[in-house]
Amino acid sequence: MTITLYNGQHVQTTEALVAAFEKATGIHVAVRNDDEDVFDAEIVAEGPRSPADVVFTENSPALEYLQARGLLAPVDRATLGHTPTRFDSPQGDWVGVSARVSVLIYNPSLIKKSALPTHVLELADPRYRGELALAAGETDFQPIVTSVLRTYGRDAALKWLNGVKANAGSHVYPDNETISEVVNRGIVAFGVVNQYYWYRMRAEIGASDMHSRIAYFAPRDPGYVLDISGAGILRSSRHKAASQRFLAFLVSAKGQEIIAHSISFEYPIASGVTTVQPETPFDELRPNPIDVGELGTGSLAVTLLRDVQLL
Amino acid sequence: MATRSARRPKVLLAASLLVVAVLVLPLAFLLTEADGAGVSNVWHLIWRSLTASLLWNTVRLTFVVTALCAVIGTLAAYGVERTDLPGRSIWAVLVVVPFAIPDFVVSFGWSSLSTWVQGFRGAVLVMTLAVYPLVYLPVAASLRGADPGQEEIARSLGASRLKTFFRITLGQARRAILGGCLLVALVILAEYGAFEILGFPTFTTEIFTEFNIVDTSVACALSLVLVLLSLVVLAGESASGGGGRVSHTGPGAQRVLTRRRLGRARPPVLAGYALLVAAALGVPIGSSVYWIFAGGAHSLTGASLGSAALHTAGYSLGAALVATTMALPVALLVARHPGRLHLFLERTTFLVLAMPGIVVALALSYFTTHYANSFGYQTAPLLILAYSIMFFPLALVCVRASVAQSSLSLEEVAGSLGVRRFPTLVRVTLPLVAPGVAAGFCLVFLSAVTELTATLILIPTSAETLATQFWAYQQNLSYGQAAPFALVIIAVAAVPSYVLGRFFDRLPRRGLAPGPGVRT
Repeated sequence: MTITLYNGQHVQTTEALVAAFEKATGIHVAVRNDDEDVFDAEIVAEGPRSPADVVFTENSPALEYLQARGLLAPVDRATLGHTPTRFDSPQGDWVGVSARVSVLIYNPSLIKKSALPTHVLELADPRYRGELALAAGETDFQPIVTSVLRTYGRDAALKWLNGVKANAGSHVYPDNETISEVVNRGIVAFGVVNQYYWYRMRAEIGASDMHSRIAYFAPRDPGYVLDISGAGILRSSRHKAASQRFLAFLVSAKGQEIIAHSISFEYPIASGVTTVQPETPFDELRPNPIDVGELGTGSLAVTLLRDVQLL
Repeated sequence: MATRSARRPKVLLAASLLVVAVLVLPLAFLLTEADGAGVSNVWHLIWRSLTASLLWNTVRLTFVVTALCAVIGTLAAYGVERTDLPGRSIWAVLVVVPFAIPDFVVSFGWSSLSTWVQGFRGAVLVMTLAVYPLVYLPVAASLRGADPGQEEIARSLGASRLKTFFRITLGQARRAILGGCLLVALVILAEYGAFEILGFPTFTTEIFTEFNIVDTSVACALSLVLVLLSLVVLAGESASGGGGRVSHTGPGAQRVLTRRRLGRARPPVLAGYALLVAAALGVPIGSSVYWIFAGGAHSLTGASLGSAALHTAGYSLGAALVATTMALPVALLVARHPGRLHLFLERTTFLVLAMPGIVVALALSYFTTHYANSFGYQTAPLLILAYSIMFFPLALVCVRASVAQSSLSLEEVAGSLGVRRFPTLVRVTLPLVAPGVAAGFCLVFLSAVTELTATLILIPTSAETLATQFWAYQQNLSYGQAAPFALVIIAVAAVPSYVLGRFFDRLPRRGLAPGPGVRT
């Protein structure tokens, strides 16, 4: 028995989970790696003949998008029961697996911690002209845009994005890994990334080469956003039972322990497991209360980004 | 050279039309998608200041890199072919090998060395070092074939060395230079990986960003602008005479080459070659070796080097075979039966060179899922077909050069002896054009080995190539794990590029038709 997994999650996170699942169940998982939005487009194009059984994404909007098109099958209630309800699809077609949080990454030789913004709106402040690194096309940035949009309304959000764009100038990068790298190397002063990029970079290049630090937004600030990674089963899947077992494994204590010990530095969120990595404990985070339903499919954020021509 | 055959080339024309039909699939896909998004909507998406800034970036980069490649490629070829440069046969290979190093490995090598290598200057540096062999190869071949006697006549008539070089030597190599520049410009238009690493946004990087957003209308709109840009490049090359014919300058015996003595210029010229090889070859290899030892904790296991290398070799060999096979009928048609329609068909195929790999890949995905019941979807043959489409022009220029060189009279003799057409093709024509086929095979193989973006989309589930695995590690900042894959890519690609270098090096001195990039 083989199930096909479209994996939009980081390869490290998935590799260990798949290996343990295969060992525990004897079900083989064929993994295909790409960006979650590429998978969304592919799954829509493939229609009822999609080779995929399970889709695993870094962010909830990619799953909400598939759910809104009726492409996902309901997740077993028992599986949903392992994850706090606010981290699952409100409709029940996908399950939350892990979480990350948006932070500021900065280079202390270029900007002092006290000079950093603490509110997301300050990212547009002209005093940061040329100092901000931005990955506008990165799916991790869209939830922040959605959050600002929901909090302050469209006009304020547009004005804010224009300011952000001006501050970034030519420092627009393809992804969070690149932001982390350019800030760490002192090319740009600071940027907004999810917390795990910094920890992962430290694990890869070693503490002695780390010239950057991370800082948090003010508690409950709209820029302080929790991003939920999750998984769903395709309605067209012909291996639904095996796929349900895979989802159940992801949120089981065993699956969550793997995430907790992984050097992918994501926060486990199910079965009461907490991370063992040396980062701010999950329950000490103070993110904005925006939830996965409010973050939606991300299409509003994309429209806004297009309006200011960041996309 | 190319005599019009009395027989109407029905079979050749049909085969060529089939090839061209496959090659315009990506364009058909773009037009379909743009049509679906609505013409006014697409126009609205194109007519923005973002497009202007991307256009500016793309155009200035294309100009500067093409100019630099023209200068470096031509000078390097002149030194090897026309002067008494010490160690010519070694330099002849060393200056070609950089073409085998993927652009994203070159940019990785340089950008991991210094933060200076970023943005526009980084993109200029890296792309010049990665693609100047596309000018070097045809120019070296054409200098080898051109009559050195003309230079001597010019000198004897009192022209200075510099004047002789500009008037005569460059004149002889002009079409080869233009042909090489055309390839360089088209390759830059479609480049992605290097610019992503260097943080330099161009049309193609933006197209990638947009394809990573579920609504692909903007990506398609931008791709259409890219197609227009490549049309401009093609038209410019045609207008400046690149599309013309090479005339034979000396049908009789050619003078034996007297190499120009470098004299006191020898040390600086040698230093120049050393610098070029160090920058184009030394830095990527050196930094890969450095990262193997300096890399941090290994968080990824991934595909083994061996299995990735096998996949890479398999797909690339398949693509080289298919692309050269596809190139044969088109090359025979255009060289043996020149005519407006046939030339038009041939030029059409050059458009794909400027199509980002992702567009070709998505087009094939689209047509298989929509019109072929997903037959072949996510299988190796479809990936091989994508490579063959993308690198078809490279195969074509090589095969065509050989076809143009080979004498038609041998085929006519075979015909007069009663040999049928197909056996004539197999027993007479193919052996005659074999060198070009081999060169085309190697060029396509090299390009496929380093291909990344179409591979990511079309590769069979669970398979990995050297390029996708390198990319996965590099994107994850796991330089230590990425580096061995870079070295194996270089090793796999070094053999064909050595063969390619030797191929051009051993071409006979007389009667040589131009190498790749030049249409006769």
